[in-house]
Amino acid sequence: MSGHKSVKTDQYQGHDYFNVDELLSQDHLLARDAVRDWVKQEVSPIIEDYSNRSECPKHLFKGLAEIGAYGPSLPVEYGGGGMDEIAYGVIMQELERGDSGVRSMASVQGSLVMYPIFRYASEEIKKKYLPKLGSGEMIGCFGLTEPDHGSNPSGMVTKIVDDGDAYILNGAKMWITNSPVADLAVVWAKDEAGEIRGMVVESGWKGFSAPEIHGKWSLRASITGELVFEDVRVPKTHVFPDIKGLKGPLSCLSKARYGIAWGAIGAGLDCYDSALRYSLEREQFGRPIGGFQLTQKKLAEMITEITKAQLLAWRLGSLANVGKATPAQISMAKRNNVHMALEIAREARQIHGGMGITNEYPVMRHMMNLETVLTYEGTHDIHLLITGMDVTGLNAFS
Amino acid sequence: MKLLVAISQTPETTARIAFKDDGKAFDAAGVNFIMNPYDEWYALVRALELKEEVGGTVSVIHCGPAAHDVTIRKALAIGADDAYRVDIDPDSAYSVAQQIAAHAKSEGYAIIFTGKETIDYNGALVGGMIAGILDQPFISHASKMVTSGDKMIVTRDIEGGEEEIEVSTPFVLSASKGLAEQRIPNMRGIMSAKSKPLTVIEAIPSASLATYTSFSVPPPKSAVKLVDPSDMDELVRLLHEEAKAI
Repeated sequence: MSGHKSVKTDQYQGHDYFNVDELLSQDHLLARDAVRDWVKQEVSPIIEDYSNRSECPKHLFKGLAEIGAYGPSLPVEYGGGGMDEIAYGVIMQELERGDSGVRSMASVQGSLVMYPIFRYASEEIKKKYLPKLGSGEMIGCFGLTEPDHGSNPSGMVTKIVDDGDAYILNGAKMWITNSPVADLAVVWAKDEAGEIRGMVVESGWKGFSAPEIHGKWSLRASITGELVFEDVRVPKTHVFPDIKGLKGPLSCLSKARYGIAWGAIGAGLDCYDSALRYSLEREQFGRPIGGFQLTQKKLAEMITEITKAQLLAWRLGSLANVGKATPAQISMAKRNNVHMALEIAREARQIHGGMGITNEYPVMRHMMNLETVLTYEGTHDIHLLITGMDVTGLNAFS
Repeated sequence: MKLLVAISQTPETTARIAFKDDGKAFDAAGVNFIMNPYDEWYALVRALELKEEVGGTVSVIHCGPAAHDVTIRKALAIGADDAYRVDIDPDSAYSVAQQIAAHAKSEGYAIIFTGKETIDYNGALVGGMIAGILDQPFISHASKMVTSGDKMIVTRDIEGGEEEIEVSTPFVLSASKGLAEQRIPNMRGIMSAKSKPLTVIEAIPSASLATYTSFSVPPPKSAVKLVDPSDMDELVRLLHEEAKAI
């Protein structure tokens, strides 16, 4: 069903205090502005309503494909966009400026489904799925997290058992973005030797089910579910031949976390933009509240933190473009930028006063969304321990 | 059908407008520029639609320095086949029209599209001047165009209504709202635009016919005055004495 369109015009404009745009190429600027226009046209008018009703705007899957948001940095012949990592970053930033749930729809499809298939699957499987995933004809999801294994994925109990020309898959996955609407899942499970293996599992196969998780106060416009496998026969051709162990799924998560480091800036920018405009319009004691020191403190700290995050993301993108971004650097950027955006959302909510809790403004929606973003793709605390391990050489996990 | 679209670059609609040199020049510092929306959303897209209907090519032309290439790239990303940039920083509508006409004269375009006006100077002059120099018909403010045999039926917005004109190519048309709908370039378009030809043309010598004396920003809007609903005499007085509306 189509919902209500907001009568409010999306007045968002970008903020670039340190002229970071001068570090971007024409491709980056064109990509960013195109996605910004697309979000204003397709996302902003409907997102408050879908989020309010906790419904996924499924029609956007096709639109995201048309604009080219799925796997923009993958090669064109495999359904991607042939762009660089900074282009991928600015696309994620603009999508998340609209809504973290919409950005999640795209980052799962591109980074967690198309990327592992591109990187690890056989040529036959790549040819079979990637063009359809790139065009949005098929939707994918990524099954790693389990009900009892979140931050500790290596403890997973989902398993595959050899059965001639196929493996028999059993187990369950939890908190899977897109799973109830997915046509296929990239699933990680242990083989009989206890090694983590990746595979492409179609949702139509016998024994596959994906019940929806209800009652989320966050990412309400993104659909989330479980994956349940009961004796699912997975042809051996669908299992990634050469990758074993956690580095398979972790390489995908690095891609997605990289996108989140950029995406969170978008959510932060939208909150700042709304708060700045509101502070200049809203008058108390006979003058705009933006003229009061406590409001200025909030706004000045927001744009300072956004600027730092923009520079961090740009540098991370420059490193990623030459294959030099380390997983630990990606962890630091994801952790810093998501926390930055969440703090800005909370401060921006205060500047909006009572209006800040309504869906007249995007702030509370972003704030609730960011609570998820703070936790998924590696929690805020786990990323801290990754930095801790990186600088001390000591493992604090176990 | 060989089509040409003239594209201009204007400040973003939310840009803060300021002037320098004693109000004689626009201060571009800190201003973001976009493709003029009438050129992009209506002129360019209708040209692309026409190409899709009847075949042919869509070229775009822009008068400006190399720093404007990103605007031209956007037009190519939306779907134009090739582009020309006249290497000049034009100072008036006439200098733009002269350069575009000089290029178009030998190219044999069936239709030259412009936006009905740029959203900065609102001159609405370039299209008419190109037509004048090339001695071609000019149809301004076109909000609809359909093919009819070897002719075009163009609907113009006029005061209080519409006007329908039948015209044969070649002609010059300026596009207003309704002629087409905005197309957002996708990532594939942005990447393919890199390999499309962008030819830089040396400007022809041209004399400027205009000099700007001064610019100024409009006075700020005054605050809303609230009138007690029971005090109609005061409302009438304000409308008569201050607003001078009655």
